[in-house]
Order: sequence, then structure tokens, then C-alpha cells
Amino acid sequence: MSVLVYAENIEGKFGKPVLEATTYAYDTAQKLGTSVTAVVIGAAAPEELNKLGQYGAQKILHISDARFDSFNVGALAKTLQEAAQKESADVIIMSATFNAKAIAPRLSARMKAGLVSNAIGLPETGNGFHVKKAVYSGKGFGHFNITSATKILTISINSYHLKNIGASAIIESWTPSLSDQDFPVKVIETKRQKGKVSLTEAEIVVSGGRGMKGPENWGMIEELADLLGAATACSKPVSDIGWRPHSEHVGQTGLTISPNLYFAIGISGAIQHLAGVSSSKIIVAINKDPEAPFFKAADYGIVGDAFEVLPQLIAEVKKIKAN
Amino acid sequence: MKILLCASKTPDTTAKINFTADKKALDANGVQFILNPYDDHALARAMDIKEKNNSHLTVIHAGDAGSEAILRRALSIGADDCIRINLEPADSYTVAHEIAHAIQGENFDLIFTGRESIDFNGSQVCSLLGEMLNIPSIDFVTDIQIEGNLATLKRFIDGGEETLQVNLPIVISATKELAEPRIPNMRGIMASRTKPIKVVEPSGDAALVMLEQFEPPVAKTGCTFVDAADAAKLIDILHQQEKVI
Repeated sequence: MSVLVYAENIEGKFGKPVLEATTYAYDTAQKLGTSVTAVVIGAAAPEELNKLGQYGAQKILHISDARFDSFNVGALAKTLQEAAQKESADVIIMSATFNAKAIAPRLSARMKAGLVSNAIGLPETGNGFHVKKAVYSGKGFGHFNITSATKILTISINSYHLKNIGASAIIESWTPSLSDQDFPVKVIETKRQKGKVSLTEAEIVVSGGRGMKGPENWGMIEELADLLGAATACSKPVSDIGWRPHSEHVGQTGLTISPNLYFAIGISGAIQHLAGVSSSKIIVAINKDPEAPFFKAADYGIVGDAFEVLPQLIAEVKKIKAN
Repeated sequence: MKILLCASKTPDTTAKINFTADKKALDANGVQFILNPYDDHALARAMDIKEKNNSHLTVIHAGDAGSEAILRRALSIGADDCIRINLEPADSYTVAHEIAHAIQGENFDLIFTGRESIDFNGSQVCSLLGEMLNIPSIDFVTDIQIEGNLATLKRFIDGGEETLQVNLPIVISATKELAEPRIPNMRGIMASRTKPIKVVEPSGDAALVMLEQFEPPVAKTGCTFVDAADAAKLIDILHQQEKVI
């Protein structure tokens, strides 16, 4: 028995979501009285690999195979199945990144292992294997029991604390048995926004709605976000009319996020929008309409004109950051 | 070319979600059900490809007779026929397993799902189906172009987008970037009335994940208001008291 964690890397670096999943795997393994093996594919510097040990992996299976340069879910699922069998793992953990959410179901089908996506909180393992996750896009929660012998979880990003246990992992080079047929997909181009905080991983998000009156007024939102190291987001109407890209839309049919701090500026707070942000730890609503529904879902509120409030916030953040 | 769309029925995006007293089920009172919004985007793109290539588009759905209105709507937008698997599935594995079972030997070239259904938000059926049918699966697709047997796709990755190529057959999950949903016209609505909805019985494989109980979200305890003329105070609270900035 052991716990397997898929430690996905981006250009050799393990992001915060992967380290969260590693700590989650460690805490789950502690409950089950076992240890964690991390699976790493592709080149990663020794100090990066060390991080996996610090956050809870006891062993790393390190795979070097250039064919993985093109993302192929089938090959990844096959690899993780083989690793799970090699390590006698009955719990497999991944962070709920776009890639992992594509891999995990294929692994589930291969192993006939029940999968819960976007789990929050550790499993209860006393009698069965019970996990909680948000359902109805954040309008509620569900408790699920995985009844199969092997269990797979993807962990909701930003939902689990990091814990550096100060340990290190042993590294084993390993080659899974794969053929060229396992790699039908050829990646032509990869585009990543450089130097921008990813919206799903961001700890602070500054979001604007129709109350911002037009795309030309987003300068203030961006300035506040830049000062706070935050990501920018928007409501559905704003992305629908093309003021902001669709990739910034948070809400029921956009991204679901759970930052530590969410600023909703000029967003009324329709139920579809609240669904996507309700698991934010602290919500600040700024709206000139005192009846805006967002105030019912917020921890802090300012009833006022965004164009008067935002410059004050920006000036104060500058003051704090200068100290 | 043969195209398949996997369709889910979900509560309307504006629906208030309440649970029954024993918290075992959704309280469907006053809830309007719709075609899962992401499936609607997938349907629109499937229609573009169908019209360009003169293909056949089938819609498949696992659900009881109550889903008929949603299937008729898909038919009125232009799908040729529907298959309804007669069960209320317990988990995503069951949905994918039953779909794979129902389309055995059908050899679809292109299969669409939505990126997730807005009820359980699992994002599982696309990849499950890919593995069960032993064909490539591409999730979170924002664009698809087809030339002969070769598909060129764009998909979301964390922090960006990737362009890739793969040969058909494939199964893909649609994001809303893929196409704007279509609205049925009168001719489509008339035509949909005579299009077939085939009902098939499930194979009866067991689910792997069981829902035990729902839990309503915790309501916020109340909003602390800061005076707009003294907005800087909010930043101080967030900095010193809440320690989030």
C-alpha cells in the first residue's frame, strides 16, 4: 500500500498546485500509515526535485522520455497505472490542473478506479473512502464515497495548505513500457503568458464588472492587481461584450476560483457569478448600488463609485508596499 | 463522417440550488433543466462541421424520459437523431461506460462532450470515453479544424494554450470558446418532431463513486461596510487584520 502523486512540471518547475497535491498526498498517507511516491516526467533540476521531498514525497520515480514533450493523455495514464502497480499504490493524487483533469479519467477507466475531481479536504478513511467536493459550480457541496479498490483524486487548486516537512526523497530513474502508438498526439505550439499570475493559482484576484463602464477603464483594475501581485478577472457580461478575454471570466460557466482575497468591483453579484467565486476566503464587494446582491456574499463592502474608490485603494496599497 | 455529441441535462445557470430535507438529492422544485451549457457550445461546433462535411450528427444522453425536451431542442438545432440510455447515472464512470456500450461498432469519427457538466463539474466523460473506446481524447478544446483525417486543435493548458494535431477518430471536450450556441428556428423545431429518439436499456455496470450527501454552502456572517470616502481603511484591514495583502 502507498500513495502515488503525479508531480506535473512546467518547463522543469513544480508549481504551487503540484506542491499542494504533494502535501495532500503526504497527509493522506499519514492517515493510512504509508508513504508517498511522486512520478516526475522530464528534466527537472535537483533543487526542484528536492522540493517534492520537502513537501512530503519519500520516493520519486523519474522518467526521461522525449516522446512526452507532446502531451499525450493515453501514455500518461498508462505510465501512472504502471507506476501505481509497481508501488502497490491504492490512492492516486493529482492537482486539478487542466492536464491532470484530462489524465485522471483515463487512468480511472484503465484501473476501474473511482475518481473524484476537485476534492477539498482530506479523505475520511475510517469506513470507506469519503471525500468532499464543490458541486453545482460552487452552489453546494457533495460528500462522495469511492467504492473501488483503487481511488483517484484531483485536488482543487488553492484549497490545501503547503507544509514543508523538511525531508528529502530518494530518486529512482524508471522507464515505463510504452510504444510509439501510445503517442498519437503531436504538439505544434505551446503558448504561455509569461510573467502573469495564473487566475486559478492566484492568491489575490481583482475582478471587474459592467460597472467599470468600458474596457478603457481597466487600467485601474490592472494597476491594483499588479501592485498586489494579483490576477485580473471579470464577470460574464464583460467577456461576452468583448471588453475582456473569455479566459478572464469567472463564474458558473467560466472559471471557478478560490483565492485568499477576491475584489468584485462593479459586479452586481448574479447567482451565476457568485457560484464561481464563493469559495474565496475573503470577498470584497465595491458597488454604487447598496442593494447589489454581492454585499450579501461579501465579507467587506464599500458602497460607492468605483472610479472614486479605486484610486484610494491603489494609493494605500502603494503606501503599504513602500514600507 | 459520423459525429456524436454526448449531452447532459443540468439545472439552468440561474437556478437556486436547494437540497431535499435528507440532503440526499437536489430539490428540483422550481428548477428549470437545460442542456448543459458547454454541450450547447459543443453542439454548435458539431453543427458547423456537419454542415461543411455533410456529416451525420447523433446526440446521446443518459437519463429518464424527462430529458426528452432537451433532446428535442438538440434535434431542432439540427442533430439528425438521438439515443437515450434509459437510466439516471450514479457517476461519470457509469455515463461513459453506458455510452461506450451503446455505440459499440458504430465507429464515430468525432465525439464531442462539454468540458464539464455544471451539476457535478467532473470533467471526466471525455477522457473516460477515450480510454474505453481506445481513441485519443483531447480536453478543454478551444478550436478544431479538420482536413481529411487530420484534426488540428487548440486546448487550454495552465497559463496558456496549446496547438496540436491528431488523426481521427477522437473524442474532445468543448469549452465555450469553441462556438457560440445556436438558437433553433421554426423550421428546425418543426423538423425535430419527426426525428427519431431511440431508447436503449443500460448494460448495468456498477458505479465506482457514490454520492452520500449534499451540504449547502456556509452563508457569510455579514458584510462589514467601509465608508467610500475612507476606502483606504479597507486596505489597512486586509493588511493588518486579515493579513491577506
